[in-house]
Amino acid sequence: MASELRNYDQELFWFQRRLSLAAMLVALGFLALLGRFVYLQVIQHKHFVTLAEANRIDIQPEAPNRGIITDRNGVVLASNYSAYTLEINPQKVTDLDAAIDEIGKIIEVSARDRRRFKRLFDEFRTNDSLPLKSRLTDEEVARVAANRYRLPGVEIKARLFRQYPYGEVASHVVGYIGRISQGEKERIEQQNLAMSYKGSDYIGKRGIELSYERDLHGSAGSTEVEVDANRRVVRVLSRKPSVIGNNLQLSLDIRLQKIAEDAFGTKRGALVAIEPSTGDVLAFVSKPGYDPNLFVDGIDPQSWDALRDSPDKPMLNRPLQGGYPPGSTYKPFMALMAQELGVRTAGQTIRDPGYFKLGKGHWNDDKPGGHGIVDMVKSIIVSCDTYYYQLASELDIDDWHGFMKKFGFGQKTGVDIDGELTGILPSREWKAKRFPKDPKLHVGDQVSLGIGQGYNTFTPMQLAYATAVLANRGVAYKPHLVKRIIDAKTGEARLTQPSPAYTIDLKPAHLDVVFKGLAGVVTDGTGRSAFASAKYVSGGKTGTAQVYSLRGSEYIASQVAERLRDHAWYIAMAPMDKPAIAVVALVENGGFGAEAAAPIVRKVMDAYFNPVLLDAAIKRDVPASEAIAIAAAQREVKRAR
Amino acid sequence: MQQLWAKFTDHLDPFLFAMVTAIAALGLLVLYSAVGETLGRVISQSQKMAIAVVIMILIANLSPQFIARFAVPLYVIGIVLLIGVALGGEVVKGARRWLKIPGIGNIQPSEIMKIALPLILAWYFERHEGSMNWRNFLVAAVLVVIPFGLVVRQPDLGTALLIGACGFYVLFLAGLDWRIIVGGAVMGGLALWAAWEFNWLHDYQKERVLNFISPQNDTQDAGWHTIQAAIAIGSGGLFGKGWGNGTQTHLEFLPEKHTDFIFAVYGEEFGLLGGVVLILLYLMFIGRCFVITANASNLFGRLMAGSMTLMFFTYAFVNMGMVTGMLPVVGVPLPFVSFGGTALITLFIAVGVLMSVQSHRKLVNS
Repeated sequence: MASELRNYDQELFWFQRRLSLAAMLVALGFLALLGRFVYLQVIQHKHFVTLAEANRIDIQPEAPNRGIITDRNGVVLASNYSAYTLEINPQKVTDLDAAIDEIGKIIEVSARDRRRFKRLFDEFRTNDSLPLKSRLTDEEVARVAANRYRLPGVEIKARLFRQYPYGEVASHVVGYIGRISQGEKERIEQQNLAMSYKGSDYIGKRGIELSYERDLHGSAGSTEVEVDANRRVVRVLSRKPSVIGNNLQLSLDIRLQKIAEDAFGTKRGALVAIEPSTGDVLAFVSKPGYDPNLFVDGIDPQSWDALRDSPDKPMLNRPLQGGYPPGSTYKPFMALMAQELGVRTAGQTIRDPGYFKLGKGHWNDDKPGGHGIVDMVKSIIVSCDTYYYQLASELDIDDWHGFMKKFGFGQKTGVDIDGELTGILPSREWKAKRFPKDPKLHVGDQVSLGIGQGYNTFTPMQLAYATAVLANRGVAYKPHLVKRIIDAKTGEARLTQPSPAYTIDLKPAHLDVVFKGLAGVVTDGTGRSAFASAKYVSGGKTGTAQVYSLRGSEYIASQVAERLRDHAWYIAMAPMDKPAIAVVALVENGGFGAEAAAPIVRKVMDAYFNPVLLDAAIKRDVPASEAIAIAAAQREVKRAR
Repeated sequence: MQQLWAKFTDHLDPFLFAMVTAIAALGLLVLYSAVGETLGRVISQSQKMAIAVVIMILIANLSPQFIARFAVPLYVIGIVLLIGVALGGEVVKGARRWLKIPGIGNIQPSEIMKIALPLILAWYFERHEGSMNWRNFLVAAVLVVIPFGLVVRQPDLGTALLIGACGFYVLFLAGLDWRIIVGGAVMGGLALWAAWEFNWLHDYQKERVLNFISPQNDTQDAGWHTIQAAIAIGSGGLFGKGWGNGTQTHLEFLPEKHTDFIFAVYGEEFGLLGGVVLILLYLMFIGRCFVITANASNLFGRLMAGSMTLMFFTYAFVNMGMVTGMLPVVGVPLPFVSFGGTALITLFIAVGVLMSVQSHRKLVNS
């Protein structure tokens, strides 16, 4: 009994010891919890606040509306419209082909859509969704929406699309936009523009769309929203509106542009028309063109290959990137230079036997037997080669270079589209650099240069600029395609080129002689048939740029393969008392300028001086799409205000 | 009437009841916020609490000796029901935990075991008071292992561990040899390792453990609970975001926010200050339980009260530990706070037992 009692006591003793132990354990446990609370809520507090905020706050970018491009009269050339697109997020789709097949069962997916999507996917490899089909009809939207559960990773989005209502017309001026590439993305980041481009998918790729990207794009806004765990928006916290891109008013007159393009027909070539008193480029043609609308939601590979591989080079911007010898169109400038440098007076005459001889050299005139007695005005009218062979042989090439440089020959004109070619205006320095083995510029070289052949390589834009500066009697305006930049919100407009760039000091008498020669070309020379019975007084000069050198033998156009035929030039201005327009046309492999190029210039000038013809140009062709575009533009402007 | 009331409240331990009421009231406050500031579930929880309190008072009125009579039948019923679950239980989320009994509804037999196991152990040890040897402990161990094994197989590792813990507490307080405790811990560790190595665990169990070790690896699925809870609590800071202002709570980032993870809601909205207050309340409540245990007049009372005390602590500690990311996620509710009637009734029965032990102390002595 005693031992049992002791046992009881002992058990009670043990129990109490163990209970105290348990109590200590409890205290320790709660202490550990408190420690954990302190760690989370005090030490790591900031970190978790950041995470909680990241959880709940979503920043939704708001892409700005791109600025609208109109011609000088407000006709819309590039606008935006809102449409539904079907987009696929490649990240959320395991088998893209199967997913597209599935979509194809619900709405029509063309082979072109498929190809285009594949190309986009291969090119971008992004985590963002890519468009499969755009411009969905309301019915298609409804059908896809009803089948959404079957289509994971497929989204319907309302997006703004770029539209070029005139298609091919002025395509080389306006250019186009396309999806932002990896390289462009990096450039945007380098220029610290990433914030402005948040939510933007498109960027200017060519033409005005590229060179005025900064103006047109605007700046992204953002909406800070509170979202729940399913990323559903609960409420809007703050909103920073996007800044609409500036609208651009081109100096181009789309009517004149259309007439000029039509005048080319199927011929390849370039035409630039400039208003000499302002530098406004009224028409800027590069034939053939392309349809910029093809590029907007990604071009399909077939269309792209066709454009890229065509021997007609539709993607080449000929007025800016085509380099050609100016041929006889150089002669009026030579004549002016001869007077200004004091090498010739207008009255000085030569006797043209039909050739020019210098040392061992022998150069034929166009006309066998020659033009007889030739003074300066006549030399322009009849395009007397011998007169200029002789003149060129007497000039110092560096003086020559210095004079022509002022007219922009062999210089970038600074026109507001990227990718301009510099061309070649030969000089001693140039020859030495270009031909180190034969560094001297020979008199023989100069003789060819005098009639605009040889090393001379100018772009149609340069020739047009020179013609405009000549027409404006030496007062040079930088040529520009964009006349005004208009703030979409305030309506405030500013001119891109408000004042002349510089003035060349020229004697009026010298200019009058050249003008007289140019006018004579139209009344009595090579331009006569093309400008017969014109209702305005114009001056011009034909030219032929040699593609294929035919030494000694006669050039017979019909016997030369078409692509080896000479390029045809025509430069012109009108009216001669105070020129309002200067036009330069080049027809590739056109043969003689009088036959191929002058008639095109005639059509442009006729229209320029006749509003009835001008208005007929576009109303006939694109009334519906224009009306839509104008209405869209007006809506946009209203909304912007 | 007054007499009946007096008889009822006679056995009520005022301090213990005050603490439970405080914790439960705090719980209802948090619940209101956790369910999106609506009253529906708050009312339903209050009703369940009222029922649970009535059961608690009834049990407090029973003498420990009377309660001990239920030890064997309750244990047997519990085991039978667990076997029933294993044979034909309802499968919910891949586990058989519920048993459908016509006329009563769905019950979770493992819940019964949380009381029944300590009860039979305490009863068994009291029968052998004064002459305990290793054979008694062996029998006790068998009594623990049977329900433990059945619940593990459901599978419900969390509840099994809790049941096992309740059983172990009785053995521990009854004086289980330290060598066996240490040896068992080593064996248990080895068994865990083997279970891991030889794939005895279910995939979801493994995943939970892995996610406990590195929750960042899988932010979308399993680790999500832990991460979001830590974000909620951590962003609460010193004083919390205020009642009803928790962004993690109200924007649906928190999972199970009115049941097992309700502490994350509390931590987010009431901060460290709230956490300290809750810990203090639990500490005072459990402290009182310890006092009752220490003053118990017989072995049955001591063991029963002691194991219930430690069960409260285990629930609170494991729940807050898992919500704050200290422990792996096991399905343990926060005592008196988490929404759900079954756990609430079990807890209040346990409180009732403690009150019974306390209030029948002198009676036994005399």
